[in-house]
Parts: sequence; C-alpha cells; structure tokens
Amino acid sequence: MKKNNNNFIDLLDSTIPKGMGRRAFLKRFSGGVVIAVSLMDFQALEAAVLQEYPADLNAYLSIDKDGRVTSYTGKIEMGQGVITSLAQMIAEELDVKFSDVEMIMGDTDLCPYDRGTWGSLTTRMFGPALRSAGAEARAILLEMASEKMNVPVSELSVNEGIVFEVKNKQNKLSYAELAQGARIVKSLKNKPVLKDPKDFKIIGKSHLKVDSPDKVTGGAKYAGDIRVPGMVFAKILRPPSHAAKRIKVDVSAVQGVKEIDLIQDGDLIAVLHEDPEVAEKYLNNIKAEYDVPTSGLNENTIFDHLMNVAPEGTLISEGGNLTEGKKGAEEYLEAKFLDGYVAHSPMEPHTAMAMMENGKMKVWASTQNPFGLKSIIANELKLQEENVQVLQVFVGGGFGGKSSNGQAVEAAKLAKISGKPVMVAWTRREEFFYDTFRPAAVIKINSGCKKDGKLTLWDYGVYFAGQRGAQHFYDIPNHKTVAYNSGWTAEAGAHPFATGAWRAPSNNTNSFARESQINIMAAKIGMDPVEFRFKNLKDERMIRTLKAAVDKFGWTSIKSPSGKGWGIACGVDAGAYVALMAKINVDKSNGKVVVERVVVAQDMGLVINPQGATIQAEGCVTMGLGYALSEDIQFAGGEIHNRNFDSYEIPRFSWTPKIEVELLDLPYEPAQGGGEPAIIVMGALIANAIYDAIGVRLYQMPMTPDRILKGLKNKN
Amino acid sequence: MKDTIRFELNNKPQEVTIDKERTLLWVLRNDLDLTGTKYGCGMGLCGACSVLVDNKPVRSCQVTADFVDGKKVVTVEGLGTKDKLHPVQQAFVDHDALQCGYCTPGMIITATGLLYKNPSPTREEIIDAMDENFCRCGAYTRIIDAIQAASKKMKGGI
Ligand code: FES
Ligand code: FES
Repeated sequence: MKKNNNNFIDLLDSTIPKGMGRRAFLKRFSGGVVIAVSLMDFQALEAAVLQEYPADLNAYLSIDKDGRVTSYTGKIEMGQGVITSLAQMIAEELDVKFSDVEMIMGDTDLCPYDRGTWGSLTTRMFGPALRSAGAEARAILLEMASEKMNVPVSELSVNEGIVFEVKNKQNKLSYAELAQGARIVKSLKNKPVLKDPKDFKIIGKSHLKVDSPDKVTGGAKYAGDIRVPGMVFAKILRPPSHAAKRIKVDVSAVQGVKEIDLIQDGDLIAVLHEDPEVAEKYLNNIKAEYDVPTSGLNENTIFDHLMNVAPEGTLISEGGNLTEGKKGAEEYLEAKFLDGYVAHSPMEPHTAMAMMENGKMKVWASTQNPFGLKSIIANELKLQEENVQVLQVFVGGGFGGKSSNGQAVEAAKLAKISGKPVMVAWTRREEFFYDTFRPAAVIKINSGCKKDGKLTLWDYGVYFAGQRGAQHFYDIPNHKTVAYNSGWTAEAGAHPFATGAWRAPSNNTNSFARESQINIMAAKIGMDPVEFRFKNLKDERMIRTLKAAVDKFGWTSIKSPSGKGWGIACGVDAGAYVALMAKINVDKSNGKVVVERVVVAQDMGLVINPQGATIQAEGCVTMGLGYALSEDIQFAGGEIHNRNFDSYEIPRFSWTPKIEVELLDLPYEPAQGGGEPAIIVMGALIANAIYDAIGVRLYQMPMTPDRILKGLKNKN
Repeated sequence: MKDTIRFELNNKPQEVTIDKERTLLWVLRNDLDLTGTKYGCGMGLCGACSVLVDNKPVRSCQVTADFVDGKKVVTVEGLGTKDKLHPVQQAFVDHDALQCGYCTPGMIITATGLLYKNPSPTREEIIDAMDENFCRCGAYTRIIDAIQAASKKMKGGI
C-alpha cells in the first residue's frame, strides 16, 4: 500500500494511467485529499470483467480545500440513475451531506478508464470500490483531525462533514478546514472497514434524482445541445440497404455551391451547413446509384435461414442423462420459440459533436463507452490517444444501443477534414437503419416431467440469442444446455444487418422460451404454474423471490387456462432474481392485449436507492411490453422497412399497467444489477397470461393482435 | 428569401430574420439556442419537440417559423428556472417522473398545455392527452402522477 504522501504531484503522476490528461486532472486539484481506487481487490467481480481494467486505479474521490467532494468515474448517466446512487454511496461512507458530492462522469481526460456502462455493472463494480474510497477518505480526515484537535480518533465522530469530539461537541473541525493546505494522495489497495448496514443514513433511503432540476428546465446538455461558434451540421449520403453497393455518384448539382462544404472521403459523402435543413436540401440533390442484390430474407424467412447457418454448439451445462430423462417422463414436449429483431430506439438518436482544437479532437457523444470511442477515433483518424478527448454529456437513453458509436466517428472525421466543429445528429430514419438490433433467434426445448410435476428432462438449444440467461435454475436431474452462436453478434452471413447488445442481452429471448415451456408443462399435467415451479426449485433465492411475488399479487392456485388472464415468469440476470406476475385482458374480437397489472418481486441484494431501483423495474416492465407485444423489425434483406415510430410501435401511456415493485430487503447481501433484470421475463409473462386468458399459446414474439387472432382461429 | 418574424418568446419580444419556411424546431434550437426542445422523430410522432404556442402544445418539427408570427411561444426554458420551477416542473422532480430526461421537456410542455385547457383532468384525460408523447425509458406512470399532483397544486389556475 502506498503511504500518505505529501508530494501530491509526484504520486498523482505515477498513479494516473497512461493516456489520461494529467495536466487537466491536476488543474482541478490545487490541494486536498485524493483517494484513488483500484477495482482489483473487489472479489465480487468476475475475473473476465476485471481483466479489461488497468490494474492500478479505476476511480477517484477528492475532497478539496473548499470541502467539496468530487468523484470521478468513467461511467455515464443515461437515465439509469447512477449519478444519484453512486453519490449516495460516497456520502454515506464519508459522512457528508448527499448534496455535497459531485459526480464527474465519462470525461476521458478527467476520469480513469472504464470499459463502458452496460451489463448492470455500475453498482456491482463501483459500489464496493467507491464506498471503500469514501471510508478511506473518512479515516484519513479523522486522523488529521485527531492530530490537530489533540483528541484520539476513538473519541471523534463525523456528521455531515464536521468532525467533532464526542464528549465535547463544540470542539470541531470541518472537512474543508482539514483539507485546506493538505496535499494527500492515496492509492487504496486494502479494503477499509465499511459501515454496517444498520448504521446507514443515506444508503437504502430513497433519494430523488439529482439531475432532475437540470432536465426539467431544459438545461441538461445532451450531445446535440452542444453549441460552438462556427459549428456546422453534417448530412451524410446513405445507402438504401445494408447490402447496397454504390456504383455511381453524381455530385455536380452541389459542387461549387458556396454556402456549403461538400466532403468526399472514400465512401463518406457529406454536406455541411450551419442549418441542418439546408444541408439536407443539398444532399438530396446528389444523385447516387446502387447495386442492391435481391435477398429472400425477411422477418418471416429469417428463422429457417438462421437454423441453416447455425455454427457448432457450445455446451453451457449438462447433467444426468437425457435418454434416461426422456424415458422417465410421463409427459413430454418438444417446442420451438422464435424472436424477431428488436430496435433500441432511445428517444435521443445517436448524436455527436466534434471539433479539432489545438491539435486535439474534442468529442461530445451520446455514447455508453467514452473510452472505447476515444480509441476508435484515435485509430480511425490516426491521432495519438492523448489527442482525443470525449467529454461528459447526458445520454438520452442507451439500452445497449449506444455502445456502438458510428455517428461520433463520422463527426470526428468530418471535423478533421473540414476544420470546422461538426455535429452529426442521426435522424430517426438513420437511427432505425444503423441500430444494432437485438438478434432474431430460435430456441428449441425438449422437456419432460412426471405426472406429479417433477421435471425429468431439459434439453435446451439456443440459436443466435446468446448465452446470458440460457442456463436454467430449476432442479432437473437430466439436462443439457447448448448455445449455437454464443453472443449477440454473429459471423458474417447470419444477420442481414448489425446486431448488438439489447438491455439484458440474450436473456429476454432465453427467458421467453424457458418460462413459456415451464407453463406449458404445468398446463399439460393440469397443475398450477406457480406450484409447478416450487416443485422444481431448490434455489433458495428464487424460492423466496417467487414467494414474495405470490404474496404481493395475491396468487391463488389456478388451472390454466383459467380465463383470469394471469401470467407468471421468473428469471435471473446480472446477479439479481426476479419473479413477475401479471393480470391481462385479451379482446377476442381484435386480438388486442391490455395489461392491467404487473407485480415485480426482485432480489437485488443491498439496494442503494430504493425509489431509483423501483423506477428501473417500472421502466423494464414498460419497455418490455414493446418487445412482447409489438416491436418487430420488418425488412427485405438489408433494407429496413420500419424507419420511424409510425411503423415501429413502442409502448405508450395507454399501454401502461399498474406496476407494483417489491424489492426484497437484503441489506447484508452484495448489491446486484437493477437496470435490466425485470425486463427479461416480460415476453414469457405476457405469453403465459395470454394462454391463461384465452387458451392460445404463442411461440413467437412479438405477440401481435394478428398472431393472437390466428391462434384463436387455429384453436377453434 | 429572408423574412422578419416577430413573436413573443418565453415572455419577451423576439424578432428573427430568416427564411420563414424553416422548421420552427431548428430555429429554436440553432438560431435561438433554446436546446431544451428536443428532436425525437421529425415526423410529429413522438412529442419530444413540443412547445406551447398561445398556450397550446404544438410539435415544432411540424410547423414552419412563420406559424408563430404574432403569437406567444413558450419553450421548456420559459416555464420556470432551477431556482423557481413551474409547478409542473416541480411535480416532475418530486415524482422522479423521468429517467434519461430526453422526453421530459416535451412531456412537461404537453402537460402544461393540457392543464391550460383542462385544469383538473382525470387520469383517463391525462393518458388521452399525453398518449402521443413517447418515453422509451418508461416513466409513464410517474408522469401521470406528476401531472395529477401539479393540477392539484395549481388548484385549477396556472
Ligand atoms: S420530433 Fe417532433 S414529434 Fe417527434
Ligand atoms: S425519460 Fe428517457 S425517454 Fe423519457
């Protein structure tokens, strides 16, 4: 462990990872106490995650001479609320007022490296590290106070940043007074003692979002809101299809037009103007011809295609013997589940502003991974990494889609070529074209059970959805789980366009299939689907989560289809356990589903901001209704047909059910992810409720009115 | 061709000399630096670009600048400030009725327009008036609660 060191500059210099703007960093620290934290000693993290981080340090906490507490992390705020919950953790351990903590996030010059904000990792990873930094800073300040006040540390206490003598409260010193003139930089290696949850004053208490006042007044800056003198908007020539090859382009109509800049750089053709509409007008005068190969792939044929091109499988888990399992089954079922392509559709389309300033490329981008973007830009533009800075902005929703940053690379290129500050703000039409969709996927399950409900067989194959959530959590003696193509991207030739991580990647599709299959088995033997689950569960965490859902919902035994429209589905994601229950109505005349009520029971360990976590679960339920009921990319080969919200329907006010969230009270268990878990079972929840309402089982998402009507027709 | 358009913007007289065919959204965002008003779809589908024109919510991506000539325009910046929030803004803060906040200005403007027209809307009336405003983060139930609370607080008057 590094000792307290008065040589502020030297130690900082040696602890700041390469590529960080040391000068920019130091300028902010004229003095005070700085704690640098490394994630390496926080064992809760998966080794694979840690590998991607530099070993030395991953977050800073500073208490400056004005007593201001500032934390620097490479994470970003995109609506998930970490700007609030991370500050709560620091305020708690440091014993300062919550409002005294400021978060600096995602600025690649000021913040230490971070690989990206996704995977519900912020609270799980940075939680323990930042809390430790807070505790360590508190310990250092107490030691300093003890020296100055001549009182042993054991007789001191802290309240809201004021250190006082327990026996004589008038004898006190503020953190500001202590930090004044101090130049202490400490790199935290050993975990200090954290507060016992029973002493929490700030963690575990609901806190309103700190960024709301800026957001409700229009003051919060998103990438598209950056204004720089001399800036121009770029409109870029786009192909009609992902498979299109440009064979001819005629720019003569706009060549020599004074009021615009015409940029031609290889494939990139763009018109720049200070008014985006003027740029667009001139762009439309550019004539291009494309060769677009015909393709038989569309939203209906894609599934057979995927099965045809599926690679070898990867075994995820197995146990027992499948042949025995089948022999022992009194009921046996083979089923195939399908899931179409789904868009991220954040309300803010991909946007970036880039400008070259004194040889340095500055970029404001709607991105989930500023550091990854910085490297890509340096690479593409042949700049030194230290000559690229991605700056902090609010991100208008990401859901995984903003880990791909094409718009920012375009803006940086155009800024470099034109020498002007350039804004690239994708239109909704472009957003729907360049999105990295949730992959279409197929899941095949063969399962068997005894008449008493005990599962004997589970043979599970997932094609193209990815592994997350493929592993079941039931107690089944004979089982095998195989993933054919293990991630959300695939080899060339599989998907006709880009695919990527979509909120709780893989798990939405896997949970749809698994939890549907479980209900189908239960219905086969005429058993209540909740009772069936309890019969096959040994995992204590899932059992208590399911029990919590039963209590909150008021579930009583049903024999599905009961006509009540009740649904149930369970899942595990990002270390958290969820059980959801719903009550829906299906209008048999038009196939429309109305979801009346959804109950979420969630075990996410220690909850930092209960209201924040509740809001995330509500958002999961609402967003999940979209992929369950309506969202489906329609396409012909590489040509996308839904290019705006008129043809791609996302959830709206009138769809929203009453949502009740129960967070299990587990303050002594490690904090888990909260931004994704509740969304994973929305497909199965609705599918099971539809079956319970009208006896129609749907094996394909989304469960549109057409598919429901077709199911009704087939049934009669 | 440039024209001069005069209107009241956020309670102050405003004059701009521009091509009057330009879309109001971009005039507000780029010429007048009022970036609180957002682009979401450009087709009148999502409500992110809503502004009040003579107290009625209008989708600024769907009208040209001359539409507001002689009228009164209020954007989210003109409702209240951080120190003195408008009751609807305050209710959004108090109810945590947002996540990423990108849809929020459009939501607040549309809600304020609703309350001008109908100071005490029922839940159903709120859903009806707001249904074409989209929030991908899914803050809908809290937004409804916030609008109801604002309506009560304003006791029927704005
Ligand atoms: S941007 Fe105007 S309605 Fe969507
Ligand atoms: S808060 Fe993100 S879109 Fe509404």
